[in-house]
Parts: sequence; structure tokens; C-alpha cells
Amino acid sequence: MNKKLLIFALFAAINANAETVFVTLEKDNALAVMNPIDGTLLKTVPIGKRPRGIALSPDNKSLYVATSDDNTIKIFDAETLKQTGKLPSGEDPETFALSPTGDKMYVSNEDDSLVTVIDLAQKKISKQIKVGVEPEGICVSADNQWLISASETTNMVHWIDVKTQTIVENTLVDARPRFVTFTPDSSQLWVTSEMAGSLMVLDTKTKQPIKTINFAIQGVPNDKIQPVGIAIDKERKRAYVALGTANRVAVINAQTFEVEKYLLVGSRVWNVAFSTDKKRLYTANGLSNDVSIIDLESQTVTKSVGVGNYPWGLVVKP
Amino acid sequence: MKTFIAVLFTVMSLPLFAATKDKPKSPPVPTAQIIDIAFLNQEQTPPTETLSNLDLFVANKGVEGAELAISDNNTTGQFTHQNFVLHKFNVPVEGNVADIFKQNISDKFHYVITNLNAANTLAISDLATNSDTLLFDAGTVDDSLRNEQCRQNTLHLLPSRAMKADALAQYMMKKRWSKWFLVVGNTPEDALFATALKRSAKRFGMKIVTEKKWEHTFDARKSAQSDISVFTQSDDYDVLVVADEQGLFGEYLAYRTWLSRPIIGTQGLIATAWHSTHDLWGATQIQHRFQDLAKRNMEEPDYGAYLAVRAIGEAATRTKSADLKIIRDYLRSPQFTLQGYKGNALSFRAWDGQLRQSILLVAPRSLVAVAPIEGFLHPKTELDTLGFDQSESTCKLEK
Repeated sequence: MNKKLLIFALFAAINANAETVFVTLEKDNALAVMNPIDGTLLKTVPIGKRPRGIALSPDNKSLYVATSDDNTIKIFDAETLKQTGKLPSGEDPETFALSPTGDKMYVSNEDDSLVTVIDLAQKKISKQIKVGVEPEGICVSADNQWLISASETTNMVHWIDVKTQTIVENTLVDARPRFVTFTPDSSQLWVTSEMAGSLMVLDTKTKQPIKTINFAIQGVPNDKIQPVGIAIDKERKRAYVALGTANRVAVINAQTFEVEKYLLVGSRVWNVAFSTDKKRLYTANGLSNDVSIIDLESQTVTKSVGVGNYPWGLVVKP
Repeated sequence: MKTFIAVLFTVMSLPLFAATKDKPKSPPVPTAQIIDIAFLNQEQTPPTETLSNLDLFVANKGVEGAELAISDNNTTGQFTHQNFVLHKFNVPVEGNVADIFKQNISDKFHYVITNLNAANTLAISDLATNSDTLLFDAGTVDDSLRNEQCRQNTLHLLPSRAMKADALAQYMMKKRWSKWFLVVGNTPEDALFATALKRSAKRFGMKIVTEKKWEHTFDARKSAQSDISVFTQSDDYDVLVVADEQGLFGEYLAYRTWLSRPIIGTQGLIATAWHSTHDLWGATQIQHRFQDLAKRNMEEPDYGAYLAVRAIGEAATRTKSADLKIIRDYLRSPQFTLQGYKGNALSFRAWDGQLRQSILLVAPRSLVAVAPIEGFLHPKTELDTLGFDQSESTCKLEK
């Protein structure tokens, strides 16, 4: 191979893979910045008290972090990590979702049984919607039709019409729903229930469950299986579900809903995120203080990277 | 003044306006199911001989737990068209609980939560035998009510003394504190807790090397320095285990024993269903909600009452029913699970109506451990390593 071409190829390869993972560290009041390609922790940046929920704006320019004990959601420049603003999130913000268009943010207010809608351009609350007890999981469908709020103690998912911002329907789900996400085509809503140890797949049209997936792992007591974060690939071939204190990620065939494999990761695996090229999955492991890197082609855990105390959530910036 | 009123009016009318505006146009709201719950409580008196008046005495612990759960149930109920109403019957210390039950509750309510002592709880269970009543005992920890005196119509929310003693014993076993010095107070309740501790010692292979009854005064200035060091001289032991449920002398044992030993039981490291230091598994949220409502920390009786009302709520939501038979069957079925901020699902033991649950082991300012302690195994659920398991129970419930 000619030298120029080799350099070009290398450059292209680096570029194609270059990405940064940001991890919120609940107990360190900091953000870990990780290079996932060589599996190194680049730096740790102080970010505010008890950071949990984290998201990137659709243009990847702004990073939003819920700093729960500061009672605010902070906005950072995703390049420099300098704070550029903050949002009126209500008390103790933990989880939030961005609209696909990036103009609105929806925040779960656990203590007040509310979902707060924030207009991001004006940085103001535009509406508060009453939901069930202890709303936690929250997401918006990719087609921007549905906002979903899951209440942990009411055991319901609330279907909120994005246009009218009112609840249209409520679906009872298994005990203590924690995390909700739509399939990329918006046709199904996937809900994990931490206490029941199950995953429910709801049909967006009927808003009723079409499948309940239960997990069983040899040598792990059932009450240790506490499903939380979910990642579903674009073609809806496979889904990956973090199983909390079972310390495993379940690999699910998203067409047949069969559990194909359990991958052993770190302790109390909480949230998960795909790499930009969807070839890897990163998991935040709350009790072992690391991030596991899973190679999705071979379905093996290739590396674990120590990041700091209580990693909670993560996002990948291309 | 006028401006103030005007401002107040505007502020108050805002949410109203918002509510009207947000009302969905269709479909028409179905009629709500009403679920009436009676809460029968007898006021408590402060222990007369107590040494310590550090804590504010609350005569009606528990009621606010029920109120919080009603509000949680109704937040859910707005989506399921169910409305839960709490009817409080507060009996003064000298009042007759049975009379109040007969006059105001029996035949009027299907769901009755009791926050009473053991004798009154049993009396109410027997009075209610022939009526369509399901009783939720949120006040007692007595093992007799879960064994030979158990009743078909009664569910028990708080962990029994045997469950608490087992939780403590599991922890002591893990720490290898196997030689116990047992100190027992003078009240009948102290004797019951001592019996539970002895059962646990036997169950987990622990040895009670010395047992003494506290017969000294309850005056700290007189007793603490001199009596306790003399009282605690004995053969070597690993841990001083105390049975003093009212807190008449137990607090004064720490730092004054002849040998330097940890204190565990009703003082020192205690076993409880709920504590203000508990912040795991989302407990922070309910601690906040309770503090907002009651302006104090949530305690065990509040938690018991909370769970009772929530159990009714959960059963009504899942069965979409207010019918006693349907709810009663569901509560006792394996399908029923209750979220109680303890990490695992709570449910009722079929053989004695006891709510199976984790137990917190706490020091005054810190959560030390949660029982069942890791490593104590059970073929069905590790929660059944605490208290009387099916094979040990003497409760015979008619089918």
C-alpha cells in the first residue's frame, strides 16, 4: 500500500471512530470524560451536586446534566465543558428527555408528581403536567408524537400527546417502572420494571402490552434482577437491557423477544448507550465504579474502564 | 390589605384556570369507584418512667402514614377512576376501642386499619369475625397474633418480634458475635422480645452466656455510672443484647459496661421496619413526602399504616375493583406485590397473613445493614429467613 493512502486510511479510521463518552458520577459531583476507543479516562470535571440524568442536544453542541442536589439542570458547551446556562427544572431533577427537535425538555419531578415542560430557547417552564406518584422514566418518540412518563409508585406509563401536552391514556405496567424508550420507528414502547424484574413491550397504536419478557439467570436470585436502561438498535434487530444488581446486560432478539444471551458487566449496571457507529455498547456500572465496553459483533465485553464513584448515566458525542 | 387579597385571589385562581383549560374534551369520565377505609387508632401515653425526654412525644403516630398513602392512592386513582377515602376514628387513652368499633365501624366498612395494642387488635379481629371486614393490623409486632392467635380476617403489616430478632441474629452471626449477654427489662413486652431473641439464638447457633433482668432504678444520675458497670460484670461475651421496648434504661448501657462491648437489640443497633436514615431504593422520595406532610420524620407506625393503605390501593388498581372478596383474594394471592421502598417486592405470607419484608438495622444516625443479610438462603425467598416460616408456624387459618 502506498504511504499516502495508508495515512489517509488511518486518518479515516480514526475519524470514523473518534468519539467521547461523558459519564455522570453521582457521588463525585463530577463528569468523567472517556475515550472509548482506547478505553482511557481522559479527565474528570467538577460539574455540580449529585449529577444524574445527562443528554446531548441533537446538534451535539450542548450537554445537559441534571445536578439533583443543586435543583437545576445545567447546560454546558459540549466542546469546552464550560457552563453556559441553567434551567428551571423544579426540585431534585433526576431524569429528563429532549424533544427530537431539540426545542423542548421534559423533566420528571419525583417529589411533586409532575412532568415539567421547559422551553429551551427561553429557558422557562412552559407547562407542568400532573402524572402519577414518583414519575421517573421519561422519553419522547422519534416521530415527536408521544411523550411518555412512567410513575414508579403508581405503576403506570402515561401517554402524553406532544401537541396538546395532555395525558391521552394510561397503561398499567409491572411493579416499579424505571426506564422507558421507543423503538426507533416509534411503533413500540419498551418499559423496564425494576421490582417485577420484567420488561414490557407496548404497542403504540393500542397502548397495550404485546409481550412481557422475564429474565432468569442461573445462580442469580430473582430479586437481584432489576432491569433499568434499554438500548434498541435502529433496525430493531436487537435490544440490550441493563439488569441492575444482576450485573448483566441481557441481549434480546427484538423481533422474537427472546433473550439470547446475558453478558457479565460491572456491578449494578444502570444506564447504557450505543457508540456512534452502533458497534459497541457502553454501560454505567454504579457500584463497581466503571464503564464496561461491549463489542456488539462478537457480543463480548472487551474492556472495563474505571471512571469514578457511582457512574449513573452516559452519552456519546461523535 | 386589599392588594394582598387581590394577589392572593389571583394566585389561587391560576391553577384552577389551568385545570379547566387542560380538561380533556373526550371521552366522558366514568363514575369513580369509592373505596372507604376506616382507621382505628388508640392514643398512646408517654412511658411514665422514661429517663430521656429528648424526643418529642407524638400521641398519634401512624395516622399521617395512612394520610400520605391515601394521597398516593388518589394520585393513581385519578387515572383509574378510583377514589380512596380515609375515615379516622381516634380513641382516647381511656376510651373503649371495642365500643367505637361496634358503633361506628363494624358493618359500615369493609377495610379497617387498626393501630392498637395486641389485646385490642385481637378483640377487634374477633368482633369482626361475622362481618364482611378485612383488618389490617398496622400496630402490633406480637408473634402470638401471627401464630396461635392468628385470625383469617387479619393481615399484619409490621415485622413481628421474631422477624426483628432474626434480623439482629443474622447480623451478629455475620459479625461472629456469637456469645450474647442478654439484658431484659420489666415489662411483659420486654419478656416477649427476650423470648424472640432466645428463639433466634437457637435458630442461628448463638449462645446466651449470661441473662439478667434489669431491676435497678430508671434514674440516670443514680444508676448510670455505678450500677451499670457492676450489673454488666460477667463471663466474657461478644455483645450486649437488650430487650427494653419502652426505652426505660437501655440507652444508658452504652459506654458504661464493665467490658467494652457493642449494644444491640432495642437500643444501640436496632431492627426496625422504617427509619429516617433509610435512603436506599427510592426511600428518599417517600421520606420527603412524609416530612412535607407531617413536619417530622417517618417512623415505624407511620410506615405500617402507609403500607396498609397502599396495599388496598395496589389491589384495587390491579383488580380494577372495590369489591371486598376480589381485593381480599388478590391480596393473599401470589400475584400481589407491594412496592415498599425496600428493594424487593413485599407480599403477604399465605400461612399467617404477615407481610414479608426486609428489616433495617440502624444506629441512631446511620443505616448499618439490611436483613436478610446476604448469605442467608431460603428455597423460596430469602425474606422468609426472617420470622416464623411455614413449617414453624402454629397458625391454622381455615380455608
